[in-house]
Order: sequence, then C-alpha cells, then structure tokens
Amino acid sequence: MEKIVCACGHENPLGTKICSNCGRPLTEEGKSQKVLDMKYDGSAIRSKTHNKSFVDKVWNFFSSVKVGVALIIILLVVASIGTIFPQEFFVAAGTEAGKALYYETNYGSLGTLYYNLGLSDLYSTWWFQVLVGMLGVSIIVASIDRGIPLHKSLTKQRVKRHESFMRRQRIIAEGAVTEGDPSKTLYSVEEKLKKMNYKVRHDGSALLAEKGRFSRYGPYINHVGLIIFLLGVMLHQLPGMHVDESMWIRDGETRAIPGMDGYFLESKKFILETHDNDPTTAQIQQGVAVIAKNYQTDVVLYKQSDDALPGETNNLEVVKEYSIRVNHPLEHDGYSLYQMDYRLNELKEMTFSLTNKETGTVLGNITIDLRNPKSEYVIDENTKVELMEYYPDYTGFNDEGKPQTATPNPNNPAFIFNMITPEKPKGEISFVAIQQTVEGSGASENTYKMAFTGVDTINMSGLTIRMDKTIPLLIVGGFIFLLGLAIGSYWNHRRVWIEQLADGQIRLAAHTNKNWFGIKKEIDALTEYAHLPQYVDQLVDEKEKEKKDE
Amino acid sequence: MSLIDISGNLLFVAFVAYLVATLLIGGSIKSAKPDGAAGRATKWGQLAIIVTIIGFLAHLGYFITRWIYSGQVPVSNMFEFTTAFGMFLIGAFIYMYFMYRVTALGLVALPIALIIIGWAAMFPREVTPLVPSLQSHWLTIHVITAAIGQSILAISAVAGLIYLLKVIDAKKKGKERFWLEAVLYFLVIIVGNIAASVAFNAVGYEDRYSYINKDEIELQIIYNHPPIFGMNESTAITEGAMEPLIEMPAFIHAQKLNIVVWSLLVGTILYVLIRLIARKRIIELLNPLVQKVNLQLFDEIGYRSVLIGFPIFSLGALVFAMIWAQEAWGRFWGWDPKEVWALITWLFYAAYLHLRLSKGWEGKKSAWLALIGFGIIIFNLVVVNLVIAGLHSYA
Repeated sequence: MEKIVCACGHENPLGTKICSNCGRPLTEEGKSQKVLDMKYDGSAIRSKTHNKSFVDKVWNFFSSVKVGVALIIILLVVASIGTIFPQEFFVAAGTEAGKALYYETNYGSLGTLYYNLGLSDLYSTWWFQVLVGMLGVSIIVASIDRGIPLHKSLTKQRVKRHESFMRRQRIIAEGAVTEGDPSKTLYSVEEKLKKMNYKVRHDGSALLAEKGRFSRYGPYINHVGLIIFLLGVMLHQLPGMHVDESMWIRDGETRAIPGMDGYFLESKKFILETHDNDPTTAQIQQGVAVIAKNYQTDVVLYKQSDDALPGETNNLEVVKEYSIRVNHPLEHDGYSLYQMDYRLNELKEMTFSLTNKETGTVLGNITIDLRNPKSEYVIDENTKVELMEYYPDYTGFNDEGKPQTATPNPNNPAFIFNMITPEKPKGEISFVAIQQTVEGSGASENTYKMAFTGVDTINMSGLTIRMDKTIPLLIVGGFIFLLGLAIGSYWNHRRVWIEQLADGQIRLAAHTNKNWFGIKKEIDALTEYAHLPQYVDQLVDEKEKEKKDE
Repeated sequence: MSLIDISGNLLFVAFVAYLVATLLIGGSIKSAKPDGAAGRATKWGQLAIIVTIIGFLAHLGYFITRWIYSGQVPVSNMFEFTTAFGMFLIGAFIYMYFMYRVTALGLVALPIALIIIGWAAMFPREVTPLVPSLQSHWLTIHVITAAIGQSILAISAVAGLIYLLKVIDAKKKGKERFWLEAVLYFLVIIVGNIAASVAFNAVGYEDRYSYINKDEIELQIIYNHPPIFGMNESTAITEGAMEPLIEMPAFIHAQKLNIVVWSLLVGTILYVLIRLIARKRIIELLNPLVQKVNLQLFDEIGYRSVLIGFPIFSLGALVFAMIWAQEAWGRFWGWDPKEVWALITWLFYAAYLHLRLSKGWEGKKSAWLALIGFGIIIFNLVVVNLVIAGLHSYA
C-alpha cells in the first residue's frame, strides 16, 4: 500500500491526516487549518482510503455518519406516522374486513387510506424491519471503521509533537515563564497535573499529560450494547424463543396452561375492587363512574407428576398458591402469568323446565352447563330432552336460513332441543334462544315447550402466559449500552502537551474532546501555579476578531 | 389547614418566586449597560438565583407534601406531571447555573417554567386514584427519571434560544428570523391558552351539552369555553346555553378543538398587541437582553445539557419503561404511542449528537436542533397525552 512520508521521516498509511509520529498535518487542508481536526489524529479510516471494489462501496456507504443520521431521521419520521391512528393490534376487530371497517368508520377516507397503505400495521412491515436492520449494519460498520483507527491513534501517541501540530491546537500558549526559575517549571507543571489526576509521560524536555482516555471508547461500548440488544430482538422472532399465549379461566375451574406443558392452573376466584373516592372532575367529564383499584385472580399452580400421561389431571402436585395481580405476575420456571382481562357475570348454566303449553304441568327441569353441554338430559324413563344443536354465541340465521354462532363463548346461547315426552315419544323440535322461542316447522302445534327458568353466572379471568429466552440478552445489551453512554458522556478525554524549548521558553497546547469550559479552568489553575504564559483559545479569539471587524 | 392546602400554597409561593426571579434577572441584565455597574449586575443576578432557589424549595415542598397527603407519587395526571416537569426544569437550570455561573440562562428557563406551571394549573387539580397498572414503584422511578432527563434536555433548548436570539439579526429579513419569531409566537399562544382559561373560569362560564359520538351513543360534555365548535349533533342541556357556531362531525373532538381555537385567538390578539405597542418583533425586543452573553459558552452549555440529559432520558424513558412494561404486561415494548414518541425523542437526540460530533454541527445548527428536540418533548407531553389514544392517554 502507498505511504505518506512525513517531513520527520515517518511513514504513514494513505489517508492519514496528521503524522502519527510528530503530529505535522499531512494534507493541504490540514496545513491551511488554524485548528486541526483531532478526531482520529495519526490514523487512517478504512472508508476514507478504500474506494474500489463493491465491498468497499458497501462498506463506505454504511460507515458514513451521514447515512447513519439519515437512517435515524427516516426511522424517526416513519415511526411517528405509525402513531397518527391506532395500530391494528390496538383494534378489537378480529377479521380483515372488521379492521377495514374500523378505520373507515372512525377516520373516514383518511383511515381507509391509512389501512390500505399498510400503515396500520407499520411496525411489522418488512420495510420497517429492513430500516432497523440497515441502522444496525450502519452501527456495526461505522464503529469498526472508526473504532480501530481511534484505538490505534490513542495507544501509540508520541509525547513530543511538532510545533506545527501544537500551534494548530485550539488552546495554545507560547512564551517565557512569568515568574521564578524556568528550570523548575516542568517539575512544578508535572506536580500540578498529577494533582489534577493527569497521567504524565516524558520525552526529554517535552511532556504529555492525559486523562479520561477511556471516555473515547464510550460511544463504541454503547454501540456494542445496542447491537447485542438488536440481536436479542431478532432472536426473539425465532421459533421456540418465546411463548405468548392467553387463557380464560372461570372461578373454580382447573385448566391446562397453554404454552406451559405439564402445568395446570386452578382459579379459586377472580376479584375486582374499585376505589371508593368521590368522583373527580376528570371522571365527571369523561363519565367514568368508578375507578378500578385491583384486578386479581387467586390461583393454584399445579404440575403433573413426572410419570403422568399428557393431559392427565389426576395426581397433580401443587407448585404454589399465588394471587396474580397487575404488576405482580405469577413467575415460575421462566414463565410468567399476567392478569390481563376479566369478564364478570359470564353465563355459566341455564335452567329450563319442560312444560306442557296448555296445562302448564312441568315434567322436570334440566340445567345445561354452557361450556360443556351434554347431548341428552334424562328426566325419567319416558321423558328426556336431546340437545340437537348448540350455538353458544348466536347471531341470527345465515343466508341458507341456518342459525350461526360467532364465537365459542356463551355470550348469547341458542339451542335446538328435541323434547321426548310420554305423549310425544318421537319427540318435538324446539329452537330456543334468549328472549325467543322459535319452534320448528309446524311447531305451533308442539304440546311441550322448554320454558326458561333461570341462569347461573360466574366470573372469568383472562390471563396471558409469557416466556422469553432473549430477556437475558436484552438486559446485557441494555446494561452495556447505558454503561457506554455514561462513559462517553460524563467523562472527557483531555490532553496537554508541554515543551520547554532550548531557550527556556514554554510551549503549551491542549485538547479535549468536549467540555472546553472544564479544561480551560484546569489550564487556568496550571498557568497560575507554574507561572506559565497565558494561553489563547484560537476559536473564541477568532470569533471576537470577526466581531470587531464588522 | 390540611396538608393538601399547604401543598397548594407552596406551589403558589414557588410560582411567585419564579416570577420575581425573572424580573430580577431582567434587571441584572438591564443594569449591565456600559455605565460600569457590573458589580450591581452580579448582585441582582445573585439575588435572582437566591429567589429561584427559594421558589424551587417551595416547589419541592409542594411535591413532598402532596406525596405524603395522597400516598402516591404526584406525577400521575396532567396537572401533577406537568407541574413536576416545571420543577425539574428549574432544578436543571439551578444545576447548570452552578456549573457555568450564567444567570442569563434564567432569562428563558424561568419564563418557560412559569408557562409550564401555569398551563398545568388549567387541569383538574384533585388527586386521582391509581388504576391497577399504575400501582407500582416503577411509576415513581420511571416517571421521575424520564422527567429529569427531559428537563435537562430542555436546558439545551433554553441555551439554544438565547444563542439564536443573539446571533440572528432581527432587522434582516429571512427564514431564520421568521422561524425564531414563530417559536416565540408559539409561546404567546400558550399564554393565550392560559389567559382564556383563567378568564372564562373567573366569570364562571360552564355549559353542558349532550352529543352523539362516533359509535352513535349519546354522551354529555362540559364546555368551559364558549362553543365556537360544537360536538356532533350537540344539544344544550344548560338553560340559555349558547348555540355552537359550527358543528363538527363525530370523529373530531370539537370541545378540544374549541380550546385550541380559543388559545390561538387570544394568543394572536396578545401577539398583535405586543407588536402594536412595541412596534417591534418579539425577537427584537429580547435581543438587547442577550447582547452580553458569550456565544461559545452558550453553545457549550447546550451541548453539555444534551450530554448530561441523554443518558438519564435513555435510562428513565426507555430502559426503566421497558422493565416496567415487562412487569406489568409481559412485553417490554408494545408500540404504544407514548413509547414510540419516547423512541422518537431518543433517536432525535442521537442524531443531534452524531451531527455534532461527526459533521461539526455546532453553533446555530445545534441551537435549532435543540429547539426542535424540545418541540418533540412538548409534543410528547401535550399531543400524545391529550390527543392520541393510548396507554398514557389522559384525554
């Protein structure tokens, strides 16, 4: 590879801006600058030196900070678009048509457009994920591209720098000591700098004091954390990495836990408590009568014994009893059960009387468990009721004139009964739904009817079951990110170069990656202590001069 | 006097103290005219800081007494959170003052805090009982850390505004002059919002209407501002109530729109009055006050506050938020609008830092970015909480 040979004889790789040996600026641009660009002093960045092959071009694209920032801005704008209307997962509608209708009725033609463009499920579109992926690649490439040269330049710093380097620093002082014996100056400078926690190195009559170098690694550390975090998010989508199930459980019921093989859950009771406060202004404005205080399901977690067959519910071993509340999930073996939903007064059982329409004589009562209906209910030898069809969530008749059910939940049960009685041993057909009894063809001639006599309700609790194997990775990534961020933000890398020239004159230059106010205070203290010549801040003085010129 | 009354009085004391401190800082800058009275200027400035600190302690007293009274951290409704945000903003200003010893920062920080607290007071002030999902120690940890992060980030906008007020020539026509004046016009609009609410509250204006919502259900609503815009198919319940001038369709919340329009109206009248009386743009009015500030230093303060605030914001608004979401709902991220806007804020300041570090965006560009960043923070507080429906919705 080509080299740039500095005036001092040192060979630098192509693309180097400042000689890594003496610090002379190597480019015309650098030579004409009043203050040097100190970012990667003495090192060349790959993206600035290779620009031939396809790989180089891709590399250069992703290593560019301009591209990185552009990706951030695009992602930011796109993410904001997703908040204009609610995303699909917040919409209760189950079907595609239902969703389309939701956006149309609530937000008009704009809503329809939003839905049709796919913006209503923006965060799971392939292009959104590609954007996040590209940002991830940009973080990796840019960090390698800049991190390695930075590390090189930081670890092989020479103490003595050329005057053209020193004079191009923002803070520069040149001149004789203001007081005392110049031969002792370097000694007292070193003493003071060490007191201020600088690490001091010597090279003849030159010294380099440095502190907070590790802070330069902060951005790279936080990028590593971000990448680990993004990796965790990607892994999350692989099969087997996470469980996300939900279950409804009625008071007193014991059910297998979906997604958690071999475990059963018994719900003792769902509890809803409300605050007994006087209604607040906000409540009155919004028409909210009461504010919920607690959602709780008292449960027992069971495990099948090891030798049990799948699905077998005998010989369950109690694992623990727990009250699942919001913010207090039941945790076991990496799984967590969360309180998510509830239904009060869910229909549980319905009771009907087999009644003679004319005389009103009741032959007997049957009680139907709406979750587990039986196919027939025997009253005596000659009398029984057959349940021919059951529609738990009856929504009327379909196009073919047949009754239909929307869900398997008993929200609006309807039944077709066959009533077998001593008078009618062949049976009479009756269709029964809440508030209506439609009898079969020629049903008006039925002798008997199923008269509704009562209903029994029960509370139900909606729980979600979650397990995520990527959580530890996310925690590690998040921790490294915050650590890197703190290191990069709360510490500064400060360097002071001081050289005593042959005639006893002092030349001082200083640089910090940020917080110039802070380093200036330190140099002020140093100047006073060691009687150094007063420094100038080349950037500020430049601006002051500009102002005077105006 | 019960604890909640003491709490309210302390907040009032804080408000007055900030008002006095603003005037004192104005005085300190006025008296710094080249009549050699620099010593007097520092004295005024120091007095302003002392008064600010007294106000801050009273504000802290409000926060603690309310916490003790209600038994829950007072950040759980619009009034409480916004008041706390104002307090942290003052705290961040005091912290930055002791770091850099510049009182001029207060010239913008104090009025902004005053506007924020004033706006907060327009919301119902009672203690709201907590719904189950908010009953967690993470409410305290997450909200306070996020608010502290946001308030330190806001200081960068304060520094940025001062920077721009000094560098942008108020006499030269251009985009920059237009947008800077627009920022100040926006602040006047918020003052207009407060003024309209206070005025209609003072005369006891309140009318009830019934209306039909988008699900065709009949509901009632209270108007505290005379209805320019009425809800869908609204009919007055209060006798003699004014008929709305314009009725809006169901998918627009006309009552909120009404408040926004009243704010714009009153704010614009105020703005026009200022322009007529002063015969100058507001930026021109303020320009003399910032002539003495050191631009380099204010650029650095702006940058430094982003550096200090960004990690705190990341911790509070993202990391703690994810931990809590995982504990409450079993998912650390759910693309709720508030979550998305916290991410947007975070991405924006990440862009700020990268532009500054690698592209050398300092000075004016940096200051403009800081103002936009504060705009996002305010959007996240106002629009996301009040307009966009979601888990953090207070509407």
